[in-house]
Amino acid sequence: MELKEQTAVQSDLLKSFEEKIGRDDAIEPKDKMPDAYRKHLIRQISQHAHSEVIGMQPEGNWITRAPSLRAKQILLAKIQDEGGHGLYLYSAAETLGISRSEMIEQLHSGKAKYSNIFNYPALNWADIGAIGWLVDGAAIVNQVSLQRTSYGPYSRAMVRICKEESFHQRQGYEIMAKMMAGTADQREMAQDAMNRWWWPALMMFGPHDSESPRSGDAFKWKIKRQSNDELRAKFIDKTVQQAEVIGLTIPDKDLKWNEARGHYDHGPIDWNEFYNVINGNGPCNKQRMDHHKRVHAEGAWVREAAEAYRAKKEKQLFQSKN
Amino acid sequence: MSADTQLEKWEVFIQSKPGANFVHAGCVHASDKKMALQNARDTYTRRGEGTSIWVVPCDAIVASNPDENDMFFDPANDKTYRMPTFYVMPEGAKAI
Repeated sequence: MELKEQTAVQSDLLKSFEEKIGRDDAIEPKDKMPDAYRKHLIRQISQHAHSEVIGMQPEGNWITRAPSLRAKQILLAKIQDEGGHGLYLYSAAETLGISRSEMIEQLHSGKAKYSNIFNYPALNWADIGAIGWLVDGAAIVNQVSLQRTSYGPYSRAMVRICKEESFHQRQGYEIMAKMMAGTADQREMAQDAMNRWWWPALMMFGPHDSESPRSGDAFKWKIKRQSNDELRAKFIDKTVQQAEVIGLTIPDKDLKWNEARGHYDHGPIDWNEFYNVINGNGPCNKQRMDHHKRVHAEGAWVREAAEAYRAKKEKQLFQSKN
Repeated sequence: MSADTQLEKWEVFIQSKPGANFVHAGCVHASDKKMALQNARDTYTRRGEGTSIWVVPCDAIVASNPDENDMFFDPANDKTYRMPTFYVMPEGAKAI
């Protein structure tokens, strides 16, 4: 084909794709889609999957130290859910033509990122409460919005994840509520965890809209439905009331209800810290990645043994037939 | 054998209660049928979502091509007499 004809075909394809997006029809794996749409989704979904899996680490530290059998069972179930969420998302990304091995390779090489929040340590039991309540709470706000994302497999994974996540947030809030109803030491621990997790939780929504404009492809193609600041405001508005109920103070002296906007105003977010952690200088970046690489390598024999067992069974079946 | 094998992909279908249709739930990786069923159970039915599971190797699935939808589904488009609303019923007839 002549270059000119090729360009015409390309622009026809783009036009019919964008018409489909305009009708709010979901895009499915075999549908034609622009390369940039595919690339954006692979980046976003794999980052989301890696976040679920890396997110198992800070909580995993506390399984053996949970204060009761009840707490331990709940924490195990929650962490198993996070692993499951990672798998839903890896599967969704695989429908776009990238393999699981490639995604893991990109995580290990640093080409693919995961949520910054998991580069902070879980120092004590109150942190498990704060992670469930604030970190999962922020993730839910984002994920509820993504249930309406334009790519079918991603949207379906989000619907499934949202159904499961609300237990995560409630178990975290219950831990915080119990500590706030306890001794002065316990209340201090809970407030300390709140102070350390509040700002990183706000950063989970990403840069302000002024830095990350709404006009990009992600909005045009309905991958993203609401802006970072809109989602952040939603999270703050509902969390402030929950903090008040159990007597926790939000560590932001500028936090104030703004009647005109119908949202809380909040103090400045320390974006230097945000970029510093993204660039690998957070408290746990190296630990998280070393751990993932080590466990992945140590698990290789299990996958090899499974393949060897399958090969042996197939051989036996073949011999019994002949 | 390569150390980074991620095993084969299987599509998972779940029946939510006896008598219901099997509905596609997602995908798992596994080396054989038994592992595929167990992984599907652990991944997609942690909250009693299913009474039965089918797993199918991904490469055994044949899918229609969305580019050919017009032609492929064309035979159904002009046969409205397959719909009950096509027919004119006599005034006063009941339970039909």
